[in-house]
Amino acid sequence: MAEMPQAVRGFGVTLTTMFKKVVTEQYPEDKQSTKPRFHGRHQLNRWADGLEKCVGCELCAWACPADAIYVEGADNTDEERFSPGERYGRVYQINYLRCIFCGLCIEACPTRALTMTNEYELADNDRADLIYEKDQLLAPLLPGMVPPPHPMVPGTSEQDYYANKVTGSSPDQGEAV
Amino acid sequence: MTITNEPGAELDSRPELVSVIVDGVAVSVPAGTLVIRAAEMLGIEIPRFCDHPLLDPVAACRACLIEIEGVPKPQPACAQVVSDGMQVRTQLSSDVAREAQEGVMEFLLLNHPLDCPVCDKGGECPLQNQAMSIGRPESRFTEDKRTFDKPINVSAQVLLDRERCVSCARCTRFADQIAGDSMLELLERGAQQQVGTADDEPFDSYFSGNTIQICPVGALTSATYRFRARPFDLVSVPTSCEHCASGCSLRTDYRRSTITRRLAWDDPQVNEEWNCDKGRFAFSYMQQGRIEWPMVRENGELRIASWPEAIDVAAQGLRAAGSEAAVLVGGRSTVEDAYAYARFARVALGTDDIDFRARAHSDEERNFLAAHVAGSPMRVEYADLEAAPAVLLVAFEPEDESPIVFLRLRKASASGTRVFSLGSGGSRGLSKMNGTLIPAMPGDEASALADLPAEIREALAAPGAVIMMGERVASAPGACAAAGALAQETGAALAWVPRRAGERGALDAGALAGLLPGGRPIDDPLARQQSADAWGVDPSSLPQRGLSGDALLASLRSGARRAALVGGVEAADYPDDLIASLGGVDFVVSIENHHSAVTEIADVVLPVAVVSEKAGTFLDWEGRPRPFGQVFRDAMRDCDAAVLAMLAEQWQMSAPSSVSELRAELGRMGPWTGPRESFAPVATTHSPGTGVRLATWRQLLDLGVMQEGEPHLAATARDTVARMSGATATRYGLPTSGQVSIHGPSGAISVDLEIDDSMIDDVVWLPMNSEGSRVYRDLGVGYGDVVRVMSGGQL
Repeated sequence: MAEMPQAVRGFGVTLTTMFKKVVTEQYPEDKQSTKPRFHGRHQLNRWADGLEKCVGCELCAWACPADAIYVEGADNTDEERFSPGERYGRVYQINYLRCIFCGLCIEACPTRALTMTNEYELADNDRADLIYEKDQLLAPLLPGMVPPPHPMVPGTSEQDYYANKVTGSSPDQGEAV
Repeated sequence: MTITNEPGAELDSRPELVSVIVDGVAVSVPAGTLVIRAAEMLGIEIPRFCDHPLLDPVAACRACLIEIEGVPKPQPACAQVVSDGMQVRTQLSSDVAREAQEGVMEFLLLNHPLDCPVCDKGGECPLQNQAMSIGRPESRFTEDKRTFDKPINVSAQVLLDRERCVSCARCTRFADQIAGDSMLELLERGAQQQVGTADDEPFDSYFSGNTIQICPVGALTSATYRFRARPFDLVSVPTSCEHCASGCSLRTDYRRSTITRRLAWDDPQVNEEWNCDKGRFAFSYMQQGRIEWPMVRENGELRIASWPEAIDVAAQGLRAAGSEAAVLVGGRSTVEDAYAYARFARVALGTDDIDFRARAHSDEERNFLAAHVAGSPMRVEYADLEAAPAVLLVAFEPEDESPIVFLRLRKASASGTRVFSLGSGGSRGLSKMNGTLIPAMPGDEASALADLPAEIREALAAPGAVIMMGERVASAPGACAAAGALAQETGAALAWVPRRAGERGALDAGALAGLLPGGRPIDDPLARQQSADAWGVDPSSLPQRGLSGDALLASLRSGARRAALVGGVEAADYPDDLIASLGGVDFVVSIENHHSAVTEIADVVLPVAVVSEKAGTFLDWEGRPRPFGQVFRDAMRDCDAAVLAMLAEQWQMSAPSSVSELRAELGRMGPWTGPRESFAPVATTHSPGTGVRLATWRQLLDLGVMQEGEPHLAATARDTVARMSGATATRYGLPTSGQVSIHGPSGAISVDLEIDDSMIDDVVWLPMNSEGSRVYRDLGVGYGDVVRVMSGGQL
């Protein structure tokens, strides 16, 4: 082998590769699913009745090493309730130009409001469009959920939500989707 | 402070030192020092919640347990006084102390909710921090935690989450010992122990915000700041308070170009660690109702103009008036801005008609300020109040008019200072200072000072005694002269305590007719030479002595002045109708940050920065400079001085426009060391007639323009009532409760009557500028004038 000319050795590599399994992916025609724990776009989750889990505590923003998250908290009122308890996230923005998908934010989240999806198609041709607002990050309303603002399930407290005792919306909360 | 030249006097006053060994390290501390302080001197931090250096020890939280050699049980370091040779072992060297502290921390955390993510204190919380440093990682408590309804309002501004409370009693001790408003109390016992108020008596203290700041957990929060931000979002800038002449050091926290909160900052010489609720909570005004762009009046309507155009029009109008122009500077300006006005008036306009007193004023007051106050060094300081054997307050209600002076006097009164107040009645503030009322009819302070009882004269003759005059001496003819004479006779130090933050600075900067910067009399050739040198002009070009006060306003009204430059003035602050006076001049330039009554009549409006958008200095009542930096560096508007410099360019003059240049120029001039203006008494007779006389002053929380946009703060203001003695009410046939109406030349005020037998007879007190009681506007009279009082709400 040592005496074989370099050029011929090169053809040898080509030849052996021809009989190996193809690794090229035909993206975007042929989309491959990611590993289940892939760090993709974030999602702000909801409780079973549609109320938001985010309490606007900003711990995600604090944990973020890239300073990609901006949160402003606000008071829930009896007339306008977005989450159980006193506080909710009025403003929630993630800047995907900065985000490094490290996942420290979802580890910091005390209510499991913030998780990551497997969605990785985060390209755009406008910087402003890559700052995702709360309405883009919120999880979709599933059947049976009521779009907030609406009151908590009658007879339950904030603690019942955290103890996962709320399993669905009640007709008193408004019309479910 | 009194300086003694006796050799060795200083050594004698040194405290006796004792030696104490903490964790094997010896330290000498003054006898009486607490163990926790001695450990701090060595850099050893013992955990604590209830301990606060300015509050009496209480050993309520037990977090600071330490081991003392020879004492069988752990002792609280915050309440244990050192003794010579004491051997202390903290958690760093003693298992007993460490286990005791860990046990206490576990107890404190039993019922503490895990709501740190939504707690305002999270991120700056002593409980969080110390639970991390000394707490056990796991709790053995598996039962349900105690819960309460949350939050409850202890006042409109202060919210209480009872389950977060660790019963350290800092808030109750502050209310009791410092503010004297003992409305907070620890209620119930055991696990149910909680802070609370009586049902019908909310914690409406002027100082309530301090309890929020010293709460070591998030139990007390403010309605304004709740959920607005987390501590790690905030950028903090040290600032000074612009609300009064107490001169508090503050910390301003902002996020995204919006101020989120202000805190009292630590300045032991001035505000210690406290401030009042006005300084803490009243800052929304800076972000509301601002003038955005320069405006020029065209065909009777103001329209937005470019800066060059507005400056051009303003300069043309002012130049057309020549030296027949007047300058009014409000008492809210910084030293630098007031100096810029003073300089612009003398150099560019060539007039000495300038006055900063946007309030009741008198010629006698002007002469007094020129003779005794302007440009003088600090004669009386906060520390002197604490050491004074006696303090006489003349026409001065410190709790309303200078709250940190009140806190110091209250502190002083606890250690033996006798407080006398020359006024028309007692007050909540006076009783909290254990003060004695010296009766004086409003306006007749001069004769009361002349007839002062011998006992009080003796008290004031003791070394270190102080006479403090409030801004209302201007409404009491002869009071300045009488106070000056009393000070001379007794040897007591004389202090003038203005209400507004900028008044002392404006006085020293020369924003008063007859006074050049530093207290220089404008008639003195050397003073003129020095000022002219600093300004790069010829002394002969400086104007001769001009008009101030009522004479100035009268000359405006009569048309003897053709233009007016008005900066930072609120027309409603004047007892007389300023707008009518300004109606007499052809051309009005308003340099202002907010829309006001002056904007409505101004020919040119030039917007300027508020305190958060500029740097500057205030002089507090002591004369102590309180410099502050710019909070928002990208502010769109500049300070008054920069606008005046742009105007001066139209005269082909260069004026300093930046704060550093202004400070440097003022510094080069320095204070006046030559002969001062001598005090010229003004002969006035005060004969308001017979009947009920009006006593009135501005309460701390009222309808002031800088308190706008703060509903929670406004809700803690005192109720608007009229106060008078029972005998007066009977004499005028008034009911002892219910509504009365007070009538003056321009109208009447209808308010609830409160019988207060500490009031002297034939006097009725009204708040000057509170909801339902705007004295100048509604009555058309002022302090010391006669009003008619009638029963019922008829108007």
